[in-house]
Amino acid sequence: MLSQTREIVLLNLRSIPSRLGASLVIVIGIAGVVAVLVAMLSMARGLSRTLEDTGAPDRIMVLRGGSTVELSSFLDRASSTLVRQDPAVARLPSSLPAASGEVVVITEVVRPGQTSGANVSLRGIEPSGMALRPELRLIEGRVFRPGLRELIVGSAARSQFANLDPGSVLRFRGTDWRVVGVFASGDAHDSELWADLETVQGVFRRNGVSSVLLKLANADSFDAIKARLTSDPQLNVEVQREGEYFRSQSAGLTRQISAVTTLVGIVMALGAMFGAINTMYSAVSTRTAEIGTLRALGFGRVPVIASVLAESLLLALAGGVLGAGIAWALFNGYTVSTLGSGFTQIAFDFAVTPALLVKGLLWSLAIGFIGGLAPALHAARIPVTEALRAR
Amino acid sequence: MKYLPLVLGALLRKKWRTLLALLSLMAAFLLLGLGQAVNSLVEGGAEFLGVDRLITQARTSFTQPLPLRMLPRIEAVPGVKRVGWSQFFGGVYQDPRNFFPQFAVDPARLYDTYPEWRLDAEAKRDFIATRNGAIVGRVLADKYGWKVGDTIPLSSFIWQKRDGGNAWEWKLVGIFDGRDDAWQKRTGIMYLNFGYFDESRVAGAAGLAGVFVVRLRDPAEVDTVAAMIDAQFANSPDETKTQSEQAFQIGFLRQIGDIAFIVNAILGAAFFSLLILTGFIMNQSVRERVPEFGVLKCLGFSDRTVLGLVLAEALALCASGAALGIGLAYAVTALLPADYPARIDTRVLVIAAIAALLLAVVVGLPPAWRAMHLKIVDALAGR
Repeated sequence: MLSQTREIVLLNLRSIPSRLGASLVIVIGIAGVVAVLVAMLSMARGLSRTLEDTGAPDRIMVLRGGSTVELSSFLDRASSTLVRQDPAVARLPSSLPAASGEVVVITEVVRPGQTSGANVSLRGIEPSGMALRPELRLIEGRVFRPGLRELIVGSAARSQFANLDPGSVLRFRGTDWRVVGVFASGDAHDSELWADLETVQGVFRRNGVSSVLLKLANADSFDAIKARLTSDPQLNVEVQREGEYFRSQSAGLTRQISAVTTLVGIVMALGAMFGAINTMYSAVSTRTAEIGTLRALGFGRVPVIASVLAESLLLALAGGVLGAGIAWALFNGYTVSTLGSGFTQIAFDFAVTPALLVKGLLWSLAIGFIGGLAPALHAARIPVTEALRAR
Repeated sequence: MKYLPLVLGALLRKKWRTLLALLSLMAAFLLLGLGQAVNSLVEGGAEFLGVDRLITQARTSFTQPLPLRMLPRIEAVPGVKRVGWSQFFGGVYQDPRNFFPQFAVDPARLYDTYPEWRLDAEAKRDFIATRNGAIVGRVLADKYGWKVGDTIPLSSFIWQKRDGGNAWEWKLVGIFDGRDDAWQKRTGIMYLNFGYFDESRVAGAAGLAGVFVVRLRDPAEVDTVAAMIDAQFANSPDETKTQSEQAFQIGFLRQIGDIAFIVNAILGAAFFSLLILTGFIMNQSVRERVPEFGVLKCLGFSDRTVLGLVLAEALALCASGAALGIGLAYAVTALLPADYPARIDTRVLVIAAIAALLLAVVVGLPPAWRAMHLKIVDALAGR
């Protein structure tokens, strides 16, 4: 029976070109579904990757007690000074603690071609803030000078929003700020504007900071410093690893995108499945005489079923490969920005990963299998005598 | 109409095929309906908002609160009828998932700037007189089962109290309704008495108004008054950006990003797949019926009538698929909670109708053309 099956499957597959129109319907229908599915999943993947990649294991963030985002956190100068005196904090070559008090305020910039503003974080950092983040590279221009109203902009912010090229001037609260450089860090900070802490505090009338970033001498001492800082009666703080903080920021948004993707994916897959069933039925009906002849020659039912299923699976696979390819070509690395949980824009790249491509192919095979099953069983059930009479 | 049985007969010739085609059309129009409902929300969802109201926010960002001392200068701008202010409170009720918008406002000014809200006179007085008073919209009151007299504890993720805590207790003094259906749907919000809010929050933040809501004497003056307000504060630390309430809301929704692009990309892909699918089915069906068309022509049906019959068949298929899909989308959006106000509106219906018509012409025309140009002799021979 195995050799029978092989023969009949090959025979059937060789005859696909004669039914090219019908076959293309399945391929293109499934390609559409897989392309949309992979594109949407890659959006969710890209967003969570951007946020999850932010942060190093030996860096911790100190926020006000009860705060979940930097935006709603406030630490006064005394707290900001006190937390960095902890013995677990690493020292810079200058023997000062490796810490950066940072203030985050929201500013509005416009997207190219639009007039309504989009919220973007402006982060004021201490001079040590750059040294604390070795993953950060300056890709154009220079760093801002402390005391001057100068900005460096993240590479994603620069590409997503208008008027952020070096040399351009932004206006915040009656003051002019010059863009002097562009940085890239490959994480959530790429969507931000950075400037000198004290200059930002002055213009935005803040006398404290939103958060303090600390570098630990030893990543294992996190539990100890967390216990010390949270139990200190002079402080009311929340202590988190930097990575944990950014992961918690991505959770809600990724969940929403995944829910929408699943809904859209299922509706589209059903649409394509009905199409595939239809097409396979017509493929079977054009082959009725052929199937009857084969059955009369002594081929069993199973090989007939296998041949129809193989055709449907092969076409579905072709559609899956085409769709995944389209999604990869169009969307891999495509940058979009949306409103993150900190109420500011977060820009991220679509990430079409191999795992997502495999997932797309699995969906296409599932559609092909379910789409081909009923027509295959139907083909096997046609009585031989009737099938032979078919035109 | 006399051809209706003929069209129906053609469609019911292979019931399974028609049913499957109908189902996949339905799936596509369901996606179109849902996608366009979201688009409607982003593009024109704020259309019904007052045309005579402006929002004055800090130019840097609407999250930067403007100081209350700007009030008299805004009130002095010619064309301004009444000015209120509104500070976003950012509270959650019991659990972080129970989030709904709350705004701290001056009650008397709220009644003047938002005449669309309906609140009885007694509740109006109580809201002014109760220091820690709050009023909620009907939608919200029904959702949480609140009634007048309840104390509602809110935990603000933005505002700390002077004593260091962030748990605020508000006394519910009234439940308001909207002027009409559109406004009634928006009653999922809560207003808090600014007086108690301002005296209880941390000292550094007292006197910050948030954004100003400006009601105009004449809606035609929107642009000039907005420009005059902004000119008042140019080059000050509190530069303003004044725009119509509608522009403010749309700008807010646009923050979510390239939704329209993503939605349209999905619809494009779904429709393209569908076009091919339905086109194939129509073609197949016409090919199988070639001898029948020959008979029709023998009986005296003109070429044009045959063309019309095939097109009518395509239209019937697409229109019923569209009706089913949009109907399903309507049911789905109606089930959504009031916080997701995506709805199937007239705009969506028009788009769906146009899409169904275009689809019918594109998939119906090639086989119809073929059927029209069939020679009777060939057709009867099934060639």
